[in-house]
Amino acid sequence: MRLFASAQYKFLELRKTAYKVSVALVSVGLLSVLVHGGLDYGVDFTGGTLFQVRFDEDVQASDIRGALGAAGITTAQVQDFGARGEFLIRMAEFIEGDDRTLEARLDQELDSTFGAESYTVVRREAVGPKVGGELRRRAVGAVLISFMLTLIYLGFRFEWRFGLAAIIATIHDVIIVFGVISLLNIEISLPTVAAILTIIGYSLNDTIVIFDRIRENLKKYRRLKYIEILDRSINETLPRTVMTSGTTLAVLIALAVFGGAVIREFTIVLIVGVIVGTYSSIFVASPVLLEVERRSGGVRSKSDRRKVATTPS
Amino acid sequence: MFSGMSGRLITIAAICLVCLWALLGPSLQGEEASPLKLGLDLQGGTHLVLQVEDPEGAMSAEARGDAADRAREIIGNRIDQFGVREPTVQRVGIDRIIVELAGIQDVGRAKAIIEQTAFLEFKIVTDGGTLLERLPVLDSLIVVALGPEELPEEVRTEGAPSLEELFQQRDSAEAETTEPPQGELRPLTLLLLDSGEPGVFLIEGPQVELVERYLELPSVKARIPNDISILWGTETRAVAGKVYHPLYVTDAEPLITGEYLVDAQAIRDPQFGSPIVPFQLTRQGGRIFERGTSRHVGDRMAIILDGRVQGNPPVIRDVLRDRAQIELATGANLEEAQDLALVLRAGALPAPMEIIEERTVGPSLGQDSIDQGKMAGIIGIVLVVVVMIAYYRTAGVLAVLGLLVYVLIILGGLAGLQATLTVPGIAGLILSIGMAVDANVLIFERIREELAGGKTPRTAVDSGFQQALSAIIDSNLTTLITAIILYQFGTGPVKGFAVTLSIGIVASFFSAVFVVRTFMLIWLERRSPTAEMSI
Repeated sequence: MRLFASAQYKFLELRKTAYKVSVALVSVGLLSVLVHGGLDYGVDFTGGTLFQVRFDEDVQASDIRGALGAAGITTAQVQDFGARGEFLIRMAEFIEGDDRTLEARLDQELDSTFGAESYTVVRREAVGPKVGGELRRRAVGAVLISFMLTLIYLGFRFEWRFGLAAIIATIHDVIIVFGVISLLNIEISLPTVAAILTIIGYSLNDTIVIFDRIRENLKKYRRLKYIEILDRSINETLPRTVMTSGTTLAVLIALAVFGGAVIREFTIVLIVGVIVGTYSSIFVASPVLLEVERRSGGVRSKSDRRKVATTPS
Repeated sequence: MFSGMSGRLITIAAICLVCLWALLGPSLQGEEASPLKLGLDLQGGTHLVLQVEDPEGAMSAEARGDAADRAREIIGNRIDQFGVREPTVQRVGIDRIIVELAGIQDVGRAKAIIEQTAFLEFKIVTDGGTLLERLPVLDSLIVVALGPEELPEEVRTEGAPSLEELFQQRDSAEAETTEPPQGELRPLTLLLLDSGEPGVFLIEGPQVELVERYLELPSVKARIPNDISILWGTETRAVAGKVYHPLYVTDAEPLITGEYLVDAQAIRDPQFGSPIVPFQLTRQGGRIFERGTSRHVGDRMAIILDGRVQGNPPVIRDVLRDRAQIELATGANLEEAQDLALVLRAGALPAPMEIIEERTVGPSLGQDSIDQGKMAGIIGIVLVVVVMIAYYRTAGVLAVLGLLVYVLIILGGLAGLQATLTVPGIAGLILSIGMAVDANVLIFERIREELAGGKTPRTAVDSGFQQALSAIIDSNLTTLITAIILYQFGTGPVKGFAVTLSIGIVASFFSAVFVVRTFMLIWLERRSPTAEMSI
């Protein structure tokens, strides 16, 4: 059995459609972020306090909201978390040190409404405002540095045009993933940022495999037109693309279903990233490479072709 | 690496054995702890980040760093007494400390211990006589309080060891009146071994808890003479292969406390080159100290931080005033002097610490995460195994064998590097299984292409591995770049993810490029050369 063994799809002919799809996805993503008034940063980045509360009995999020509202705790956000009877309560206040009045009021309210025995706080995270701002800066820094280093690496291994195309495809992926994060109301936490960095790695990985083949085929088939070489390379690597994305997705779905609530959002972000990353390496990275080559004159000029050919492999 | 087939197999076997040893070695040696170090989010516990409080911004970076170092010393000292398994107290950045307490959910208690200011005292070490004469009474009180059945086997012996005879001789005059009746149990006396120095007893490592328990008994506490303190030391002594903890008997009244201390530094004696710690007291402190030390020239002075005697008590050679110095024992190095200076300065903490981050995970949530991670991992692996074997048949079986080696390397690597496994770390592990097959897929697809191009199996395999290599290296290296950045950027759980991802990349590279290739070469040698290749 061999899927897509001798596929000869004309992917590059579809690039106009692909551009539309990409522009649409990116716009929906950006729009969602705008409508939501920016991304939903978790306590890791804003500072504040988060409680994960587990109830023995059947309690609804609205019950908790009601109880807290009645006590005048209006800054708390309550949301379902994973299994039934588990909730996240988030507060913008950093509850720490001696000033525990707010937490005491929360405890008291939950005790009197549901009974002290009926729930446990299984996780509590308090992040000071200073730390929050710092983590935010470091997260942005990490994403940017990761882009830069990869670009430098690609510059060494490939020609700059390949690096540029790969980075554009990856930025495209990251924007769409942020859009989905916004649409699904997933909060940006440290694990979410880790997931995004992983996606950057995965998406680049996928693109590199195709580019590696393009580089090889440019040497091998000197007669073919650039666009034909791109299509040929994508088709030749298609079985690998399908297999790897397929198994990675299968594993990720297993994680999302059985891995528990703590990493579910993390996993969902990765799933979206793998799908978008696979799509973009075929429909964004390669077409962008074509456009870049055309604009910089690399396609017609023989000397440029030779330059590609002599790049070490 | 070896070129021959047996060389390849030996390499693989050796690596597997090393990993197995890293994984199973500790439990074979009788250690009970899990070979994998679990993060706080898996075993439950408290993670705190503290920062030097400096609201006016009046302190230089150096001063803040120094304050953080002192605080680390104090907090580390206290947590030792707290009885936490493998606590982490480490300085990060300029002025921050991370404190990780596994298994502690009572944040209030943990924080109370951390936030109190350090207490430094200088006390004179006594000859221990007052304690010795009280020992028979204390012994009988312990027997009464706990009942003879409660006493462990080793202290029920009635024969007196030679060391104890020594005590008896030294204070036989006083002891006569309180001599216990023959056949009386002496649970405490038997555990206190003479160190040869007056006022210092040695307790064998395993007995420390027992002695602590005896001394904590209310009836015992009430009968310890008021004019002495019984204090544990921080440093252990090794005698004849056994580890002993020193227990000091000092005056109850301190010569002076840390509130009068201004500064302490570690330097080398300009004359002799040995390390010394000069320290400075306030003027008032100098007067108190002068009065105190004039009565104790020749005695030993214990330096006590938070109730624990630090290092070896130095001898007072002369009357001391506001400027004095501690000479370390011969053979001490400058590092020890620096530690002592740090302890002294810690007693005069210039800035309080504030908690800027706190994360607590309950043990039930941690256990859930472990269970769910196992479940997801098993299902993920089964999926990959089924897909690989169904799609690549015999070659798929080889890939799965390679995957086994891969999993072994990852687990062994985590255990060997003492890396911490966290919830995102488990996710990284499972994700890396998905990515580990990528290298195999790249190679196998390449081999299929070569076979379709009309090559013989043997040449197809060789060129398949060769051709796929550049793509595998590129993709592994870019992912490794990401993992390293994640490690730099992240805290606890995210760092755990970065570590498992990095080990995963290296292991998958080795597994796919070396292990699977070896298996494949063996397979090719054994099958008939004309048969179609099962890939």
